[in-house]
Amino acid sequence: MIQINDLHKSYKMGSSSLHVLKGINLNVEDGELVAIMGSSGSGKSTLLNIIGMLDVHDEGTYELDHVLIEDLDETKAAKYRNKFLGFIFQSFNLINYKTALENVSLPLYYQGVGRKERQEKALRYLSSVGLADWATHLPSELSGGQKQRVAIARAMASEPKLLLADEPTGALDTTTSYEVMDLIQKINQEGKTILVVTHEEDIAQMCKRIVRLKDGVIVEDNKVDQVLAAQYV
Amino acid sequence: MFNRDRWQEIFETIRKNKLRTFLSGFTVALGILIFIILFGFGNGLKNTFQEFFLDDATNTLFLFAGKTSKPYKGFKANRRIEFENEDLSDIKDNFSFFLEYITPRISRGASVRYNNEFDNYTTRAVGPDHQYAEKTMIMKGRYVNELDVKNKSKHAVIGRLVAQDLFKQEDPIGKFIDIGNSVFKVVGVFQDDGGDNEERFIYIPYTTRQSLEKGNDKVDQIIVAFRPELGHTGALAFEKELRSFLKEKKSIAPSDPNGIFIRNVADQLKQNQQFANVLQLIVTFVGLGTLIAGIIGISNIMVFVVKERTKELGIRKALGATPKSVIQMILQESIFITTISGFVGMGIGVLLLRNVGESLEDFFIKNPYIDIETALFSTVILILFGGIAGYVPAKRAASIKPIVALRDE
Repeated sequence: MIQINDLHKSYKMGSSSLHVLKGINLNVEDGELVAIMGSSGSGKSTLLNIIGMLDVHDEGTYELDHVLIEDLDETKAAKYRNKFLGFIFQSFNLINYKTALENVSLPLYYQGVGRKERQEKALRYLSSVGLADWATHLPSELSGGQKQRVAIARAMASEPKLLLADEPTGALDTTTSYEVMDLIQKINQEGKTILVVTHEEDIAQMCKRIVRLKDGVIVEDNKVDQVLAAQYV
Repeated sequence: MFNRDRWQEIFETIRKNKLRTFLSGFTVALGILIFIILFGFGNGLKNTFQEFFLDDATNTLFLFAGKTSKPYKGFKANRRIEFENEDLSDIKDNFSFFLEYITPRISRGASVRYNNEFDNYTTRAVGPDHQYAEKTMIMKGRYVNELDVKNKSKHAVIGRLVAQDLFKQEDPIGKFIDIGNSVFKVVGVFQDDGGDNEERFIYIPYTTRQSLEKGNDKVDQIIVAFRPELGHTGALAFEKELRSFLKEKKSIAPSDPNGIFIRNVADQLKQNQQFANVLQLIVTFVGLGTLIAGIIGISNIMVFVVKERTKELGIRKALGATPKSVIQMILQESIFITTISGFVGMGIGVLLLRNVGESLEDFFIKNPYIDIETALFSTVILILFGGIAGYVPAKRAASIKPIVALRDE
């Protein structure tokens, strides 16, 4: 699914430049559930942003589903994001004036799906995260866990090849975190490839593989025995 | 533009962001409303000005007689010159080519009485053509006519306000009034655009005035109207010839600046028109200023709106919105709002102007109006610039990396 070779990224900070990623090599197969761990400043979010085409790399190659990602302008990046990727953010990033259903159907709108089909599909995904009854509610009327489930439904709605979660449980309490992880694990069991950035050890242990970053390089990359979140729920 | 889905998305955004929509719409509507009102008031000011200064005929020369200042042909200096009836016919005979009409004017103050009501008014003893010189409008009855002049009839034409003062509700026509102890019959009532003072005059035949003053044939003032076709230069030539003719006739030294005075209305007209042009310039300037202020207002609102939506736009882009679709969405929404509210503002402004009508005449604003072309043009300009003002921040927002936009809290 993902082939990354010798990836470099630096940010210009005035006259000096900050070398954030210093040669990353990473392969992710279809159906994997990978946790990317590291302290802040280790480059884990930058890596996720580059994989998510929210940012561009300087050197090296990045292939997503056998498509070489390079020379991205905003229009091309937007199309790839829409086609390949689903995002789950720490702060949910729901549009606050749109109902849960409208939020979920938004990526479908940008895929050019017709209105009726859009709503049916969105409702289906909303049901799959157990929020069909909350379809007409605004994000402000939902709890944190519910918001994140709406965000997951939204990420799934466009039927992406890869799901990227940036600290998906960062704003949630432990119980709700496990609920969300349970959902992520179930989606993974259905065959979806998922990357989770986190700094919480227990969340990482719920993935199938942990990649640890430190100072812009991968220091550890191990398969782990997955802890099922369902037992805590 | 005609994508149904996109319109639905826009309507939804508008419906769910009522305050924002209202604020930007309000700014636009207010901008165009103020522009239309100010422009209309400017036009009203111009109307008042035209009424004040341009209510009299503009192709006239006013002739006054005074004292000579140089000895000539055996006459001493300081001799008083007076016009006589004979001068009228002489001018008529010698300048028939230039002349449209000619009328004398003898002004006298007099106490005027009807039954128990009385007051002091200025009487003007005139010929029938005086009506054209002052653009006097007859409301009732008639003006002084040739027959009055020939018969030296004691007929009077009174101003609207004289009739109001003396007769109250009564119909003055056919009634008799005392003018300086002579009885006159009222044959007409007039109105004049020149203001209240002009409607407090009483017109009588000049021959009647002369017979009251011991049957002399003296005339204070002669008003000569030239053919308008002469134009400004023709009028100046006519004035020059008339001056030398009269100086010759009255034995005044050709180099004497006094003795006879001619006031050329055409000259004044030119000045007044210059003033009117300046007024027009001010109106245009004020209008332009308001329009620019409106455009700045819209730009501010647009910058604010886009800023407020930065995060939303970031989310949309992360979900697959292209920069083009983001710009299109913002622009289409802003143009939709500005168009609707622009025309609403325009409609309210035009209606207000129409209803204000005469009620602001005390503030020198008469019949404020705006022609529909100017109203439409300025509204379209405002919408156009609103669009341009929206495009710049929209483009910038569209080119922000979603990762930056998402960080924006």
